[in-house]
Amino acid sequence: MRYSAFSVFLNGLRGNKGWQPAWRSPVPKNHYDVIIVGGGGHGLSTAYYLAKEFAITNVAVLEKGYIGSGNVGRNTTIIRSNYLLQGNNPFYELSMKLWEGLEQDFNFNAMVSQRGVLNLYHSDAQRDAYTRRGNAMRLHGVDAELLDRNTVRQMLPFLDFDNARFPIQGALMQKRGGTVRHDAVAWGYARGADSRGVDIIQNCEVTSIRRENGRVTGVETSQGFIGCGKLALAAAGNSTVVADMVDMKLPIESHVLQAFVSEGLKPFIDNVVTFGAGHFYVSQSDKGGLVFGGDIDGYNSYAQRGNLATVEHVAEAGVAMIPALSRVRVLRSWGGVMDMSMDGSPIIDRTHIDNLYLNAGWCYGGFKATPASGFCYAHLIARNEPHETAAAFRLDRFSRGRMIDEKGVGSQPNLH
Amino acid sequence: MASLIACPHCGPRPKEEFTVKGDAAIARPAADAGEDAWYAYVYLRDNPRGRHKEYWHHTSGCRRWLVVERDTLTHVVYSVSDASTQGGTA
Repeated sequence: MRYSAFSVFLNGLRGNKGWQPAWRSPVPKNHYDVIIVGGGGHGLSTAYYLAKEFAITNVAVLEKGYIGSGNVGRNTTIIRSNYLLQGNNPFYELSMKLWEGLEQDFNFNAMVSQRGVLNLYHSDAQRDAYTRRGNAMRLHGVDAELLDRNTVRQMLPFLDFDNARFPIQGALMQKRGGTVRHDAVAWGYARGADSRGVDIIQNCEVTSIRRENGRVTGVETSQGFIGCGKLALAAAGNSTVVADMVDMKLPIESHVLQAFVSEGLKPFIDNVVTFGAGHFYVSQSDKGGLVFGGDIDGYNSYAQRGNLATVEHVAEAGVAMIPALSRVRVLRSWGGVMDMSMDGSPIIDRTHIDNLYLNAGWCYGGFKATPASGFCYAHLIARNEPHETAAAFRLDRFSRGRMIDEKGVGSQPNLH
Repeated sequence: MASLIACPHCGPRPKEEFTVKGDAAIARPAADAGEDAWYAYVYLRDNPRGRHKEYWHHTSGCRRWLVVERDTLTHVVYSVSDASTQGGTA
């Protein structure tokens, strides 16, 4: 069923009894051409583009929980392509372009809102660093504007401009950045993949990977054995657990990242704003709640919940940036498990096993990459060669000295 | 994550006094151990879902390096000991 304003109207007249489930709940077949492990944003978008762009439709997505239960429903919904480095920027810009056409492409309202992302700077040195990043973006054909203090003050008068320790001097803005309704991204990709023949199998946890003669032949799951021609991992925070099944050790640690939402407020923050003097980023959802987050908790964790000390730290950073936040009540907080790579950049690559593919290491920036990650991963799976914008995301870059260390902090995953 | 870490020198102390360094299972290879050994040391991690030993530094206390064994799924802390008793090199 194609969604449209007319279909909403018509179903409204018919008591909304005509809606169908957005995707089926199929019994797994014995064999698929491609099995994707992980029904998160990246797994689903991979399946969608495999079917749509590469005409590979005999595909199953295996999800151990339910669609939307993992990080795709546990982020702060921000999209941007304001990256400095050569290996990153064209990839994230491809993602931004895909976001811009996504709703028409998969016929689902993902509430893509290009409201602008502002990174505040607080010192001359930080302004210089942001100028450099802005220039790099523009050289890659990405929009970037350096705003001075007065311009930012007109846009966001409630910021603490004269903070004694971190006065706000200006901001680097990407106008095309913004937010997207994260659940709708999962649902839209799931529906789009399903309608092209992909089987989305929920509550199906992979327990081991079967190999014969150096090739993967299928996976043992909580719903029995399922054979496959190619196996594609997209297990995010649980990448190590899945890679262990084929004795593959990854340059990844799993860490917990928390996010928060406040009570609903009248329109207050029009853009996405990030604090340059601490780790804090905030936007306001269409329901009115402030959606914000900070840094990872800092210790290895597979638990989808965080620590109160980090809650306090995030709140302090938030109030330092927007003093009015001190009167806002937080409604909810939640944690997601991040696959923190050793240079802060992802991996989309083949592995030492011929028909096994890896998509991992998204740290806490995976949501904005969802479309391009799926597109490039599908390209890799279908053609056995990387997409040109993802060619730097190699698994062997760590051993070859080709790190993509956007933040420049070295192989210390709890610092990225 | 437990709120208190039982430092063997200072007793139970708030977790915020400590700095987490990371995996205590990895051992620094010899200087001439070769590229593969150094690559594994710098970049590869066991990253277990379950029991995990880590170096923690009691930054705001005795400033000793400790080895904390805990569960990465349940956040239960099993044991805390001084790194020197674990043969630690950090």
